[in-house]
Amino acid sequence: MDFKDTPAEAEFRAKARAFLDEHAERLAPGESAAGFMERDDPDLIKKSQAWQALKKDNGWACLTWPKEYGGQGLSSLESVVWNQEEGKYRTPPNVFSIGLGMMGPTIMAHGTDEQKERFLARMARGDDIWCQLFSEPAAGSDLAGLRTSAVRDGDDWVINGQKIWTTGATYCKWGMVITRSDPNAAKHDGLTYLIVDMESPGIEIRPIKQINGASGFNEVFFSDVRTPDSLRVGAVGDGWRGATTTLMNERASIGGGGGGLRAEDLLGLAKKVGRLDDSSVRQRIADFYVRASGLKYTGYRTQTAISRGSIPGPEASIGKLVGAPMMQELASFGIDLQGSAGVLIDRDFGCQDSYLGSPGMRIAGGTDEIMRDIIARRVLRLPTEPRVDKGVPFNQIPSGPPTP
Amino acid sequence: MNFDFSEEQKLLKKTVQDFLTEQAPLAVNRAVLESDAVYDEGLWKSAAEMGWLGAAIPEEYGGAGFGYLELVLIAEEVGRALVPIPFGTSVGLATEAILAAGKPEQKEKYLTGLAAGDRIGTLAIAEGPGPVKLEDVTTTFENGALNGTKIAVPDGGAADTAVVLANTGGATSLVIVDLGADGVTRTVQRSIDPTRTVATLEFKGAAGELLGGQGEGAALTQRVLDRAAILTAWEQLGGAQRAFDITQEFTTGRYAFGRPISSFQAIRHRLADQYVDLELARSNCYYGAWALETNADELPIAACNARISATHIGELTSVEMVQMHGGVGYTWEYDCHMFYRRAKHLGLVLGSADEWRERLIQHLIAKQAA
Ligand SMILES: Cc1cc2nc3c(=O)[nH]c(=O)nc-3n(C[C@H](O)[C@H](O)[C@H](O)COP(=O)(O)OP(=O)(O)OC[C@H]3O[C@@H](n4cnc5c(N)ncnc54)[C@H](O)[C@@H]3O)c2cc1C
Repeated sequence: MDFKDTPAEAEFRAKARAFLDEHAERLAPGESAAGFMERDDPDLIKKSQAWQALKKDNGWACLTWPKEYGGQGLSSLESVVWNQEEGKYRTPPNVFSIGLGMMGPTIMAHGTDEQKERFLARMARGDDIWCQLFSEPAAGSDLAGLRTSAVRDGDDWVINGQKIWTTGATYCKWGMVITRSDPNAAKHDGLTYLIVDMESPGIEIRPIKQINGASGFNEVFFSDVRTPDSLRVGAVGDGWRGATTTLMNERASIGGGGGGLRAEDLLGLAKKVGRLDDSSVRQRIADFYVRASGLKYTGYRTQTAISRGSIPGPEASIGKLVGAPMMQELASFGIDLQGSAGVLIDRDFGCQDSYLGSPGMRIAGGTDEIMRDIIARRVLRLPTEPRVDKGVPFNQIPSGPPTP
Repeated sequence: MNFDFSEEQKLLKKTVQDFLTEQAPLAVNRAVLESDAVYDEGLWKSAAEMGWLGAAIPEEYGGAGFGYLELVLIAEEVGRALVPIPFGTSVGLATEAILAAGKPEQKEKYLTGLAAGDRIGTLAIAEGPGPVKLEDVTTTFENGALNGTKIAVPDGGAADTAVVLANTGGATSLVIVDLGADGVTRTVQRSIDPTRTVATLEFKGAAGELLGGQGEGAALTQRVLDRAAILTAWEQLGGAQRAFDITQEFTTGRYAFGRPISSFQAIRHRLADQYVDLELARSNCYYGAWALETNADELPIAACNARISATHIGELTSVEMVQMHGGVGYTWEYDCHMFYRRAKHLGLVLGSADEWRERLIQHLIAKQAA
């Protein structure tokens, strides 16, 4: 047991550092990367694309993707080392995680050769940004309850319906949409997975304002939107298989979140507000620290397993299930420490911003409750609850009134 | 990065597990619980023969020549089987104290016996209820004679040798005492887990010898407690994992309202939460094991992490074990209470989690100041 890099890891790390030193500014010790997501910057997308292109052109993008698709053909281990190093530098926020983390792997697994040829290398370079059109007003946790319809017309599919919570829809060139192509089939059977050009006629995008005032996600309306059958991913009616691939990759890529307020930071805050001698404060901070440490060392264990060739499984849900609620609790506690002045937005410690931003983390990519269900079913192999929606034609499954 | 145990270490763990599965079913713990025995002598002998007691003792003193990575895995298995032997106390506290401070002749004298299981050691610190202040003990050691009373001495019913924290002319020192000596009165106290006895030791002019330097008592004790906390955390972790496994199996076999109770989300989600906290505790224990093995500067912080999370998971899984078993969980006949007792016992013997949280914060503040 040791924390040292193997000679090969050390060599790779040194190369990564050399590239990063040349092209980016290293963070000061204790400074967290979350600090400079200058969200209001109008050039953010362009800067993000420029950074991705630079990485790609120098062999530092999509490390685990096969070379033929624009990757480097390396193992997950190198990718972990790279992420550790990149995280130590001031770089533009990453707007490619949905494409590179989920859409790319889905196309690799289920797409046609033509689709791979046409999309993957551009995706890897950040030339095109991709979005995930899964959730609908009546289908979130229960994704297979989606209703957006796709009807075949000649060589095209004609899409009608509504998607919601689509992150990045306003700046994405391509979207991957799951549709219902056969409402008479059982719930999981009548689905078809399509790629759609987000500039197609009939698509209307309306930003949604979040709790924290930002508009990362959107509503996307489809009115007779056409996309060619050549952009279908997987077989007609077999869309659930592709969706499952996407979701598995999503859970693996979301992870612990990283960045943001840390338990140790609360010591500084407690000192600043004169509460560092308060034992109730010390006890809480200690608990946060122990939990965060547990998460960190769980990451080390995962990294070790990856280095031995294992693929992260459903256990990866732990990172999100622990990290997201903890971020909210840390923020809440940090605000309370400040007494009534805690209502003021304070950028030194960022507790208020974190309090307003963290709830989304507990919902996006599978809620806490869904994560617990995944652990119960896939890791612990516990029996599931009886369901009323299995094997029944989709249009006969009970549903509630539409949400306002 | 290699944050895992080696194949040989895992093999050793498997051997220990297989042995205990065979030789130490929960009925063994129950037998001690229901009799006047203070520990299982047969298993203690086996533990010595297989080298578990001397895993971290150098071979020249009769040790097995393993290391701490092996030792923690043995502790995990001992914890998993709720083996009623004074393992953590004799190995984690007494042996560590002598390894840390013993003169060569003391090592020769005591470690060989501790490794062979002929001697059972303990560490006596507390003198009254409430958190212990190491610098502030009233038991005295003057002119070779020990006077005072120690309470809640771990495995105090089984031990024959105690390392005692005493006041030596205004400073603290450690003193080794033979518990069979004149002037020592031992009273086994009623406690939560009688399979790991605690005793009151009364010293009236008992003969002892200094362990380590005069005035080094508090610092040495803290060092020993930190190291023992990591070993004990592994024992706690093993017990927690076993409690969880039994609960998971029970809730899947038990039906209510026409289906297994583990299909109800109120149960499933709580089991998922326990699984998550078990993994976090395990990871903190790994870090502790690494710190022990390498004697890392981070050891005191690693000890706090391991101790706090293992105490939490021990209590959580045993409380939930009783609850999820329903009525049978509350019976003497079912095994749940043995986990419930042991978890609480181990969570307190080295000081409560509150005390370790406070210590962690002191370390973190010191680290930030540096
Ligand atoms: C910041 C953010 C970004 C997002 N980005 C995208 C995106 O890019 N693309 C996309 O397609 N979607 C996106 N989503 C949507 C996200 O996947 C869904 O919001 C999420 O899956 C929950 O679905 P829902 O909103 O319909 O809530 P519901 O599913 O209605 O859930 C409501 C509540 O019921 C609980 N619940 C539901 N089912 C169960 C059950 N079986 N057992 C117990 N409790 C249950 C949930 O946990 C939740 O607490 C995003 C969401 C957020 C917050």
